[in-house]
Amino acid sequence: MDLIRLTNVKKTYNTGVTAIQDLNLSIGKGEFVFIIGSTGCGKSTLIKMLYREEKPTAGQIIVGGIDVGRLRNRKVYKIRRKIGVVFQDFKLLPKSTVYENVAFALEIFGLPKEEIHAKVVKVLELVGLKHKIKSYPAQLSGGEQQRVAIARAIVNGPKLLICDEPTGNLDAKTSMGIMEVLNEINKLGTTIIMVTHDINIVKKMNKRVIVLDSGRVLKDYEEGTYK
Amino acid sequence: MKTFRIIGRNFRDAFKGVFRNFSLSLASISCITITLIVVAISIILSYNVNNFTELVEKDVTIVAFIDNDLTEEEIDTIKDEISVIDHVDTYEFTSKDDITTDMRESSDVFDSVMKNWSDEENPIQNTYQVKVDDIEYIEGVAKQIEKIDGITLVKYGEGIVEQLISTFSLIHTISLGAVVALILVTAFLISNTIKITISSRQREISIMRLIGASNLNIRIPFIIEGLLLGALGSIIPIIITIYGYETLYSSFNGQLFSPFIKLIPPTPFVYLTSLVLLGIGILVGMFGSWRAVRKHLKI
Repeated sequence: MDLIRLTNVKKTYNTGVTAIQDLNLSIGKGEFVFIIGSTGCGKSTLIKMLYREEKPTAGQIIVGGIDVGRLRNRKVYKIRRKIGVVFQDFKLLPKSTVYENVAFALEIFGLPKEEIHAKVVKVLELVGLKHKIKSYPAQLSGGEQQRVAIARAIVNGPKLLICDEPTGNLDAKTSMGIMEVLNEINKLGTTIIMVTHDINIVKKMNKRVIVLDSGRVLKDYEEGTYK
Repeated sequence: MKTFRIIGRNFRDAFKGVFRNFSLSLASISCITITLIVVAISIILSYNVNNFTELVEKDVTIVAFIDNDLTEEEIDTIKDEISVIDHVDTYEFTSKDDITTDMRESSDVFDSVMKNWSDEENPIQNTYQVKVDDIEYIEGVAKQIEKIDGITLVKYGEGIVEQLISTFSLIHTISLGAVVALILVTAFLISNTIKITISSRQREISIMRLIGASNLNIRIPFIIEGLLLGALGSIIPIIITIYGYETLYSSFNGQLFSPFIKLIPPTPFVYLTSLVLLGIGILVGMFGSWRAVRKHLKI
């Protein structure tokens, strides 16, 4: 069954720039998909529409059964709770510890303290940062900060994890560490969509690859066929 | 249980917010403090002036002088005629003998003059003292009494009373207007101060939205923060109100210039005023935050 389905999606910004046109795409549950393409091909716009940072101008976007394009501003949280998002610049709270940064995502839902603690410790263990639980973001390396961001994104148990160039600021070795973590998460059943410029990573991972060009799908490589 | 946990966390986050952004919080608190002091002064002034007006209104009496040639029956008829006039509240007969005794007791000069007059020669007149139920109608009532046969003269301190009351009502209106204007101005000032605080925390808000916090989830801690800022800002004005007014009251012995103009006793007046100040501070703080966050939620 499809987790994501885009039908005839078009996106034109107020400035008149058309970022996406006639886009049809479906992504199934549990898939790991790379989205690549040159700068300005519409990668960022595409994933921003998935978590409803942007609205499509025309067409339909269904994510986890929700018509995202029709979601009102006030109801956006409904889709956000089903999706985890990881950014190139981590977006951590600098004045909060690693624990607080991750727990933050659970606290707003009013979970009991013990449950929050158990979940946060478990997810930090998964990304390999249990020993840095009391550190502040500034005391961590870039790779470690990105692991915290990933932990925060998945602590709610989302069906979908969207990664917007998560390795963009990291060196090759650290990047592969992050990819291993993402692979682990994918094996646990979370669908992952990752936008990247790093062709080496894409080649090493052997996953499905969607190439965008001028807002359209140029090529859709099945798992293991991208060389 | 879940709701209590969320409320508890919201209060904790709000306290953290106040102290982590202390310099900006201090700016908001000072802003609330200064306005509330002026609001407190306006409230005290306005209520006291209102009180003066009521006292003056209660005290104003129409004195109707009765012709000394009238018989007792005729004087009684005048009483009946006064009683049917609209807006007459109370009326009381004071005989010329009572007035004479009163005046002789209060003035030695008068006493010595009166010794030489016999009762028949006494020029003092019997009077009716009439009070109206609403000061606005005093002039009309006085005119109607004047028309009654046997009434020689009607006096009620015309001119002075009207002037006093219109002055009081002007002060009352101005100070109430000042309170309302100040509250509005503070609400916007605070809203702007909190806006600066919140802009510096825009990142926090956008992250909250990204991880699925609803607008209410985001707004509530900030609104509680506004509530705290308002409550903290009202502490100094409340202290000033309570101690300041009590000191003022006792140093003036509870009256202004004459025993005629009495100040409102401090208890429970200062405590009610303090409650109003706290209420205004809290509402203004909450409104300011609510308005300031709204802008950041349209992501």
